Amino acid sequence: MKYENLPWLILLLPLISAAVITLFTLRSKMISSLISIGAVVAGFVMTVIFVNANGIHFSGETAVSWLTIGNLQVDLGLKLDALSMMMLFVVTGVGGLIHIYSYGYMHEDESMARFFACLSLFTFSMLGIVLANNFLLMFIAWELVGVSSYLLIGFWFEKPSAGDAAKKAFITNRLGDFGFLFGILMVWGLLGSLNFSVLQAAMVANPLLLGASATVGGLLIFCGAMGKSAQFPLHVWLPDAMEGPTPVSALIHAATMVAAGVYMLCRTLFLFNHDALQFISYIGGFTALLAALMAVQQNDIKRIIAYSTLSQLGYMVMVVGLNGPTPAMFHLTTHAFFKALLFLSAGSVILGMHHEQDIWHMGGLSKKMPITFWTFTIGALALSGIPPFAGFYSKDSILAQCLDQKNYLLFSVAVFVAGLTAFYTFRLFFVVFLGKEKSDHAKHAHESPLVMTAPLIILAIFATIGGFIGIANNYGSQLTPDHETLSFGQQLLEPLKTPIPMCIGILVAVAGIFLAFVLYKNADKDPLPAKLGALATWMRDKFYFDELYEATVIRLHDFIAAVCGFIDRWILEGAIIGFIRGGTNLTGRSLRLLQTGNLQTYAFLFMFGVAVLLYFVLVK
Amino acid sequence: MHVGLHHYLLVSIMLFCLGLLGVILRRNLLVIYMSLELMLNAANLALVSFSRFNNKLDGQVLVFFIITVAAAEVAVGLALIVALYRKRQSAHVEDLTSMKL
Repeated sequence: MKYENLPWLILLLPLISAAVITLFTLRSKMISSLISIGAVVAGFVMTVIFVNANGIHFSGETAVSWLTIGNLQVDLGLKLDALSMMMLFVVTGVGGLIHIYSYGYMHEDESMARFFACLSLFTFSMLGIVLANNFLLMFIAWELVGVSSYLLIGFWFEKPSAGDAAKKAFITNRLGDFGFLFGILMVWGLLGSLNFSVLQAAMVANPLLLGASATVGGLLIFCGAMGKSAQFPLHVWLPDAMEGPTPVSALIHAATMVAAGVYMLCRTLFLFNHDALQFISYIGGFTALLAALMAVQQNDIKRIIAYSTLSQLGYMVMVVGLNGPTPAMFHLTTHAFFKALLFLSAGSVILGMHHEQDIWHMGGLSKKMPITFWTFTIGALALSGIPPFAGFYSKDSILAQCLDQKNYLLFSVAVFVAGLTAFYTFRLFFVVFLGKEKSDHAKHAHESPLVMTAPLIILAIFATIGGFIGIANNYGSQLTPDHETLSFGQQLLEPLKTPIPMCIGILVAVAGIFLAFVLYKNADKDPLPAKLGALATWMRDKFYFDELYEATVIRLHDFIAAVCGFIDRWILEGAIIGFIRGGTNLTGRSLRLLQTGNLQTYAFLFMFGVAVLLYFVLVK
Repeated sequence: MHVGLHHYLLVSIMLFCLGLLGVILRRNLLVIYMSLELMLNAANLALVSFSRFNNKLDGQVLVFFIITVAAAEVAVGLALIVALYRKRQSAHVEDLTSMKL
């Protein structure tokens, strides 16, 4: 392996950048942002150099021994293979574009330097997840991602809603991580190692090694993915996380952090048995459906895209559960392109609209923001799965995998969600960009500067061609045993091999777009609530999950907290500590009575003591 | 009558006990102080008689030490009592209980 130390540099540069910004350059927006952008762009360049030198189809590890406790050996090691290399491209590439975009988006903000420090810290943590060669290291990076996302979501912490959203995201993630940690401990207890390669070799040699605890262990590890990738029932944090700045939404909630769960599942797929995978696929399918329904009735431009992200993540998790890591990673990568594109375009719209986010105050922006309009169009087409955009290829591979596994229930869910996706995406599209202006802000909207539109254009190019530039090939070479590498032309025509899902997919997407066109072409307000009645209210209010959790989980939590408070205050503090303190006090008070303060009493006691001593020493 | 070691020691013990009783029972600081001196001299007497009857000079050397230290101690002690008297207008031990809470 050439340039063995390069991945270390890729990993550590953002950390160094975060440290330098925090320690030295917080005063200067310009230097801070350049350091941060430089670190991640350099990471991208080094990834390209590394892959050029070694090719993408290789497998290696570079490790230094870190901890040896008993027979547990933990390395500080990086796993380098097609999977992590492709993810490196996504994190540094898409992440780099988002860094550059942030320079334009955050230009007005006073704390831009702090923003870039957090962004660098996040990039470091995410690279840690991607490159870790063992569970412990991955878990550490996993938690670091949680922390840095907390910092970024709560970036505008003076807004109470942002602070709450940050806390919600962090705590919900912690819930999932709790299970993840248990899963890791279980794997260690049963298999005696945390290194992915060692674990995989052991599991391949004997698939029944985990025995009866295989399902439970798998589900515990899935808990981690459930939190990070925002799967039902821990999906509630993601929409609220839109309180963060828009580039953060693009980086964390579209391209990287939420992808970490799916990535982790693919990385450790060998640990999951059939039952666990079944469960995972149904959770994924349910999340996809639920989130798509919620997205239909949202009115905040970022929230619509956030629910769409949830729904697409459900897709990925579902197809991982259907034994299809390649389609999952394929969709993850194309999704990173077009969802980052959509978020950044939305950010451009928000900036052009002077921080207005309600889509019913927009309208007619296609003339005023032409670049944003076209890039958003490409993103929307890709998300809806219209050929030849990237989303079409990856979505088609997911649908094909559902059929291949003969899971017709999940296939129909996936098809329905595909239709819904096209519908809500183009609802957003028509309301925001076409029709007439619905507010004064919309009349005075303006296009964003080049530093923001250039990343949009690059992402738009990848959202267009991402389906047939070999992404699936690279993942498949590692993840699918009997994968055959396809030429460019074959990739282009790959969906034709499975005509049924392809035709159905295109059909529902077109139907969804058509429906959105009919309903929203010139709409001033949403016509759906009148048609759907209560269902629309339910969708708008997110099926009352927040209220449900408020009434159950949070109540229960408050109750437990009250019980703990009672125990602490009255039993520990009052009874036990009080008893010790009171006892000491009482003893002290009674002993004090012996101290008369009278000199002669002391003299007498002194002599008495001497006499007693003498008696024992001399007479006895 | 032959006067032996135990006669001297008996006198010494009696003097010591008298001094002790004085320290414990008397109220006036000056008297207590004198009783303390009495106890010291009882010890001196015992040391001298041991020295005489054992034909060794160690005891007498020690006595000279004690007398010297006692002289210094008297100087300090009397000064303290005088200072105390000036502050409290009393030299009685019952009045000296301010250390008690």
